[in-house]
Amino acid sequence: MSTQQQQPEEPQSQEAPEDPEMRGAESPVDEKEKQGGDIDQQTTPEDELEGETVHIKVFRYDPEVEGKQEPRFDDFHVPFEKGMTVLDAVMYARDTYDSSLTFRHSCRQAVCGSDAFFVNGKQRLGCKTQIADLEQPIRIEPLPHQEVVKDLVVDMDHFYDQMHTVEPYFQDEDTPNPADLEEQRQSPENREKIKMSSRCIWCGACMSSCNIAAGDNDYLGPAAINKAYKFAMDDREGEEIKEHRLRILEQEHGVWRCQTQFSCTEVCPKDIPLTEHIQELKREAVKKNLKFW
Amino acid sequence: MSQSYNRGLIEDFGRWKEFSAGMWAWIFHKFTGWMLIGYLFTHIAVLSSSLTGPEAYTNTIGGLESLFIVRVLEVGLLAVAVFHILNGLRLLMVDLGVGLEAQDKSFYASLVLTAIITVASVPTFLDGVTL
Repeated sequence: MSTQQQQPEEPQSQEAPEDPEMRGAESPVDEKEKQGGDIDQQTTPEDELEGETVHIKVFRYDPEVEGKQEPRFDDFHVPFEKGMTVLDAVMYARDTYDSSLTFRHSCRQAVCGSDAFFVNGKQRLGCKTQIADLEQPIRIEPLPHQEVVKDLVVDMDHFYDQMHTVEPYFQDEDTPNPADLEEQRQSPENREKIKMSSRCIWCGACMSSCNIAAGDNDYLGPAAINKAYKFAMDDREGEEIKEHRLRILEQEHGVWRCQTQFSCTEVCPKDIPLTEHIQELKREAVKKNLKFW
Repeated sequence: MSQSYNRGLIEDFGRWKEFSAGMWAWIFHKFTGWMLIGYLFTHIAVLSSSLTGPEAYTNTIGGLESLFIVRVLEVGLLAVAVFHILNGLRLLMVDLGVGLEAQDKSFYASLVLTAIITVASVPTFLDGVTL
């Protein structure tokens, strides 16, 4: 269980954010931590900032710093701007108050899938979540069901392993002779069918929200199954490859582990109908096994 | 890589407030399923008294039905069975890929229907019972 830090009613005034001492790894704050001391406040008190501020509570854990080996929440007050996202807020907190605050982010436009956090009890992309839509204080935690490496960074190895299990690459039954290579055309209807499944950005939000995946480490998980759907439903791969894909999916820890709880579909930042795809693959697997000719 | 922190099951179970419709439907379906299996054994035990003779069976049933608590449990049993049937139909639709975008509404509908049927059954079940 993580321990939540109590914020004092009357925040003690402390270094202004402009103070260079507040930045860098050797700030007084870090010194204090190394001695195992608790930091009461890492933020500028609300009344010192002009204009509207946002109160965020960020999960902190660092196995290499003595004071942070017990997980806790730190409070930050960041100035609010119109259109501000959760990622903007944690970046401001990192750049202004505590440079040791660690999280993954890259493109800031919901394409790279780096910054999936657990925000106010739901898996969301930090860069896609508007502060204005959230209740304050905003609790920002690392993705559940995955081990925390540091602060908001989780270990994604298992997620990637599952993704690679389903062979997430195009396979062709008969690779044409290089001399007569042709375009491999796909019908507009078929493209439409796999369109949504091809939007996956490997952020891991669905896998983190899935209670079955939490209880069964071997379960492929919604993201991997959706990835398999993208290729299995692609007409250009041919029947044999499709059967091969279904053989991977219909195993004990494949599609049949899905209990249609719809958690994955609800949290997917790209609105992929994951449960629908899993259900369709279940039906395909049954059809394949009923086929006796 | 250094050690990492596993938040574990305890914290996980604390997340029940974050469940949404589909998750609750799953939990209720599991729960009602187990209840019905439990009832099945009780049911067989009561019926088995008929092996001794018609009177033993009549006495057993009569004795049970005269108890207020049994009548209340019967109302509960009806609620459990009705919900399991309705949500089962919902899951059948989900398996067939029909109306997946309305899966939460169909769960709420099965809850409401269950409530209506259960309330409507109360006068029948508690008819002539003495406390």
